[in-house]
Amino acid sequence: MNSALMMLVDGRFPAGGHTNSAGVEAAVRLGDVHDDATLERYLVGRLSTTGMVDAAFSAHVAALVDPTEGVLEEIDAEYASRVLSPRLRDASRRFGRQMLRAGATVWSAPMIDTIARSKVAVHQPVVLGALVAASGGTVHDAALLSFHHLSAAVTSAGVRLLGLDPMSVAVVQAAAGEHVDRWADDAAWLALLPVAELPANGGSLTEILAEDHGRWDARLFVA
Amino acid sequence: MPPHEIPHEIPHDDVPYDSASPNPADLEARRALRVGIGGPVGSGKTTLVGALCALLRDQLSLVVVTNDIFTSEDADALREAAVLPTERIVAVETGCCPHTAIRDDIAANLDAVEQLEVLHGDVDLTFVESGGDNLTAIFSRGLVDVQIFVLDTAGGDDVPRKGGPGVAMADLLVINKVDLAPYVASDVDRMLSDARERRDGKPVFSTSLVDASGAAEVAGWISARIAARST
Repeated sequence: MNSALMMLVDGRFPAGGHTNSAGVEAAVRLGDVHDDATLERYLVGRLSTTGMVDAAFSAHVAALVDPTEGVLEEIDAEYASRVLSPRLRDASRRFGRQMLRAGATVWSAPMIDTIARSKVAVHQPVVLGALVAASGGTVHDAALLSFHHLSAAVTSAGVRLLGLDPMSVAVVQAAAGEHVDRWADDAAWLALLPVAELPANGGSLTEILAEDHGRWDARLFVA
Repeated sequence: MPPHEIPHEIPHDDVPYDSASPNPADLEARRALRVGIGGPVGSGKTTLVGALCALLRDQLSLVVVTNDIFTSEDADALREAAVLPTERIVAVETGCCPHTAIRDDIAANLDAVEQLEVLHGDVDLTFVESGGDNLTAIFSRGLVDVQIFVLDTAGGDDVPRKGGPGVAMADLLVINKVDLAPYVASDVDRMLSDARERRDGKPVFSTSLVDASGAAEVAGWISARIAARST
């Protein structure tokens, strides 16, 4: 751990994370999430599906040494092919672009410059992996951080949208963290596979919720 | 057959809708003046933006980013008023935190501003309208060049005296709906003098936006800022 990684972990890092509910806004309206128990169920479900995919991609990118634009664009396309919802792909690019802007302003590294030049390889897990690598983080750090961002998005949306007790939501997050610690080990191992073999178990409910959410007249969160 | 030998095609039709570079160096030369419009709920921010668009759209290329708590409300209001073509207005979701989106983490708003400016190319003036918030909200200097804070005469004539960052630091303070003062027993003169005391010489205008011409003085102030920038 170092100071740069601490900044990436911190929810105050200005990359627009506070506008992501990771599908909780849609799940709340459907009634799937309405209390601590259902929030925990949703969180564990997301972590084990989209969470695993995102963590494996971030870890995969974090393991690269000065990749070419072509390599990064291939990884980006592989990620896009695992996200069926166009709205979710759009949101992922938006979050990635925002994270890249903040990261490229603060740190300098060859992979960050390559991504900025490519203008294509900006899916959030790709950018996160590059920022972790630039911060001197390990493959395992990238996976853990990816899971953490998802946990933070889900739990803070639960607090803001349902008025849940933040103390009991912290208990939910800590309990999910016990899964995360194991799954981050798995993701770090999977990340070393060729990109075509990275996990693809995103989960269709996430995609369906995102498409429904994007059609609403009014939203509080981007996704 | 091992998975990596299975014929595997990646669709490449998913081209991002934008090509805005996040490289800050590219943005140094931008021409648009970015103006933040903040203030409490119901003080008339959207009405002011609409009036300013109506007054300035013939001379200037304008775009608007709105942050209503429910994203599309303000954007829809502006579109319905037909003050600007639809493609010049974008709504940004703020995740229930309007002040975060204009001050602490401006990423979502900045992204929207840059996308609009790149899309239209020739933008002279970009409005960023905050969601209604409290008196402590101010815009980050990273998001806007100048900011206008809007107060409602009917919101209580003691508000300017209370002060706070919005009242004290905004480049222009607008005390709106002064036409309502007699009905709500608000003392506009007191509001103006309290505000001036809080603001260390920075301007305070009073407006009534029953029609768009009520915003003429504010439009003139903005035009002067644009003129000052281009010299």
